[in-house]
Amino acid sequence: MPKDHGIGAAQKRREDVRFLTGAGQYTDDISVYGQTYCAFLRSDVAHGTIKSIDTSDAEAMPGVLRIFTGKDFEGIGGLPCGWQVTDKHGEPMKEPGHPVLAQGKVRHVGDPFAAVIAETLEEARDAAEAIVYDIEELPAVVNMKAALEEGATKVHDDLSDNLCYDWQFGSDQTDVDKAFAEAAHITTLELVNNRLVANPMEPRVALGEYNRANDESTLYTTSQNPHVIRLLMGAFVLGIPEHKLRVVAPDVGGGFGTKIFHYAEEAFVTFASRQLNRPVKWTSTRSEAFMSDAHGRDHVTKIELALDAENNFTGLRTDTLANMGAYLSTFSSSIPTWLHGTLMAGNYKTPAIQVNVKAVFTNTVPVDAYRGAGRPEATFQLERLVDKAARELGVDPIALRRQNFIDSFPYATPVAVEYDTGDYVATMDKLEEMIDRQGFEARREESRKRGKLRGLGVNCYIEACGIAPSNLVGQLGARAGLYDAATVRVNATGSISVMVGAHSHGQGHETAFPQVVAEMLGIDESMIDIVHGDSSKIPFGMGTYGSRSLAVCGSAMVRATEKIINKAKKIASHLLEASEADIELKDGQFTVAGTDKSVAWGDVTLAAYVPHNYPLEEIEPGLEETAFYDPSNFTYPSGAYACEVEVDPETGRVEILSFAAADDFGNVVNPMIVEGQVHGGIAQGIGQAMLENCVYDENGQLLSASYMDYAMPRAEDVPFFQVDHSCATPCTHNPLGVKGCGEAGAIGSPPAVVNAVLDALNAGGMKVDHIDMPLSPHRVWKAMQG
Amino acid sequence: MTKVTMTVNGKAVSKEVSGNTLMTEFLRDALHLTGTHVGCDTSQCGACVIHVDGKSVKACTMFAAEAEGAEVVTIEGMANPDGSLSVIQQAFQDHHGLQCGFCTPGMVMTAAKLLEENPRPSEHEIRDYLEGNICRCTGYHNIVKAIMAASGQDVSGIAAE
Repeated sequence: MPKDHGIGAAQKRREDVRFLTGAGQYTDDISVYGQTYCAFLRSDVAHGTIKSIDTSDAEAMPGVLRIFTGKDFEGIGGLPCGWQVTDKHGEPMKEPGHPVLAQGKVRHVGDPFAAVIAETLEEARDAAEAIVYDIEELPAVVNMKAALEEGATKVHDDLSDNLCYDWQFGSDQTDVDKAFAEAAHITTLELVNNRLVANPMEPRVALGEYNRANDESTLYTTSQNPHVIRLLMGAFVLGIPEHKLRVVAPDVGGGFGTKIFHYAEEAFVTFASRQLNRPVKWTSTRSEAFMSDAHGRDHVTKIELALDAENNFTGLRTDTLANMGAYLSTFSSSIPTWLHGTLMAGNYKTPAIQVNVKAVFTNTVPVDAYRGAGRPEATFQLERLVDKAARELGVDPIALRRQNFIDSFPYATPVAVEYDTGDYVATMDKLEEMIDRQGFEARREESRKRGKLRGLGVNCYIEACGIAPSNLVGQLGARAGLYDAATVRVNATGSISVMVGAHSHGQGHETAFPQVVAEMLGIDESMIDIVHGDSSKIPFGMGTYGSRSLAVCGSAMVRATEKIINKAKKIASHLLEASEADIELKDGQFTVAGTDKSVAWGDVTLAAYVPHNYPLEEIEPGLEETAFYDPSNFTYPSGAYACEVEVDPETGRVEILSFAAADDFGNVVNPMIVEGQVHGGIAQGIGQAMLENCVYDENGQLLSASYMDYAMPRAEDVPFFQVDHSCATPCTHNPLGVKGCGEAGAIGSPPAVVNAVLDALNAGGMKVDHIDMPLSPHRVWKAMQG
Repeated sequence: MTKVTMTVNGKAVSKEVSGNTLMTEFLRDALHLTGTHVGCDTSQCGACVIHVDGKSVKACTMFAAEAEGAEVVTIEGMANPDGSLSVIQQAFQDHHGLQCGFCTPGMVMTAAKLLEENPRPSEHEIRDYLEGNICRCTGYHNIVKAIMAASGQDVSGIAAE
């Protein structure tokens, strides 16, 4: 019988009612008294020298209050990068300046170099168009290989070249060389991980408000981590003391990583509102979002696998070029290195692994974390390579995977992480059951009769979630701790507000988090509310990304609730005149063990706040506790995915017929929410595999700059998904045993789709080793023609 | 500026608008009905779908002045008179047909119109009808399922939500 409350219950989401009735409050829904509007003037060339900006005509236009250019930000900090990577020679990465408004040069299409504040949005936009400027266009570098060539145009004049860092990681060189020298077979693959735009449906918005009475600034912003934005903007950009800065991220319409970062527009509206002593609001258009939200992926890789005569994996080496874009976005440097390189072992016990990454500056929008961040890139390389190896060796791709699975835990990989738990055989068994693999050949034959090529693609994945521990990431270059925090505030009447550092932008925290606390206390979920997204109300937490909400912040909440229980037991022991050690909490009642003496939760909470007849020297009044939780390891969700496709040999059109995912997320708090997260991830992965592509021309013009040109997955592009999470091996090092589920779908699905298409083509008699994503009909048709 | 008069969610409203005021701006800024969302500037995403004189319309593609005398329904007008969720809204909650909620008003308005036109749509008909609405969170699985459920179809055989 499924549970109807507490941990494990598929509870319906309480936040849905406001979203379904139009009562949600997203940042653009907020307007404040005296609000002004901001329009940015953005570069229409990829690279150029700003010769002059004449704002005089624009300043005289109706409603215009002030026009800012880069000059106004001289002496003010630029946008910081939150992670320093050290290259293979021990040198720090290159960190070019990233001014709030471009100074001297523009470096990508969309780089803002002026901004107008006016009484209405229309007036601001009209005036922005009236600014007269002279930008002398310079040659742009877009292609990473070209950017690294001798004499290439430099994105930043003050750097010696366009190489941000040259990073190497993994096993000893001699071990890797030996594995390849002694290999019975080597499989090599070159591939591209296509550049994507995250495209949460809500465009970014920033509203800055200044209160002269107390010298405080408030920033309302579409962010996944309000406290981090407050710290970065206060300490590194504007120099405003943190206690004078409040950052509020209310309902946020999707993030997928792209709302983690501290953006120029946030710092700008905060700065401008202080200068004007008027609130300043900026609302991104979708077209603006394409050229100002950080992009994702964009790797070019050569990867090689060494196998012995028994088809055991003996060595892996990979060389990646990772596009950073024109500037270093907040966490950009960590994505191709620590979030990608450390997952290159995948699910396999390959003894020698070497990862090489060159990060490259180009005249493109900055690239940073997007759903999965590094792990999808690692998984795509590895799982495409294993499939190719199986084809070359003439063995079954599932059998080859099974043979090489890591099968005992904990397992320390050659790339510095230790998987605590997992059962890759179980997820693969489950997957094969879900997809009726036995029946596949009959389905293929049926397709063949209709003139279609049917293919089955399978792959595995592993990811690292719940990013932490602080002391480790600090050694790796992180400039922030990666704990999280929760405060459990029990009211006198027994209801509870839980203030969390995590941020919900679609993940259902308001429903799932109370399920945990309710289960621990034995009270009803309706007594518990979650407070998030406002730095003035919540403890200093790090926000939501990398599937860390429950694993890290949820663990902090568990620890704080344990403190609450301990104190409540003290109070109950006083009320019951019994020894504290004899007090038990069950179903919301404190009972003296072995007796029928009890006191209800509400009586204890009332006593905490009405401390008459109370040993105050032993017990402080009140019932409110905070915990900061810093995990001892990442968590390692894993799984096996399968996709079945039909390819039209006449046109190259691919139809996805079915998709199945068998995931191991450890313990699950709300299975309905977890499955929804997987669905969304799979659709984004299918989007990457089949449709989405962010394309620049050779001059750095962004060709896919709206939904007219960037193909978002729509309802007809995806089937119903089969999702299972029954193969659970709980995480061993967090109190909930949870692993995280938000990115799995986006990591696991692209190789399954591509493997399926290649299976279809090869089974149809065409020898095709690889097709780069997205698998448009044109690309597939071309590949079929040889 | 011209004066425009219309009925929005059963209530008569009359406001001065300029000729180029979009319906989205009118609803959001003049009437403070912020449930109608703006997700793009190319009429592709469908977050702003409303009903105008019984037709499903992307509010970003019409001027407020064009709605003169019209009966307009927005997401704020979709719940039952007693405030409880309508059948389609309830189905979205029951089947987890939303996550961040930003596309949701447009999805609900589109789905409601579909069920008026076709009370028992097939999976294919639903996916086809949702062509003008983008969701980035749900992968559409639970949206399609919710619409089938709202039309009275048995969805227990569809993979779990």
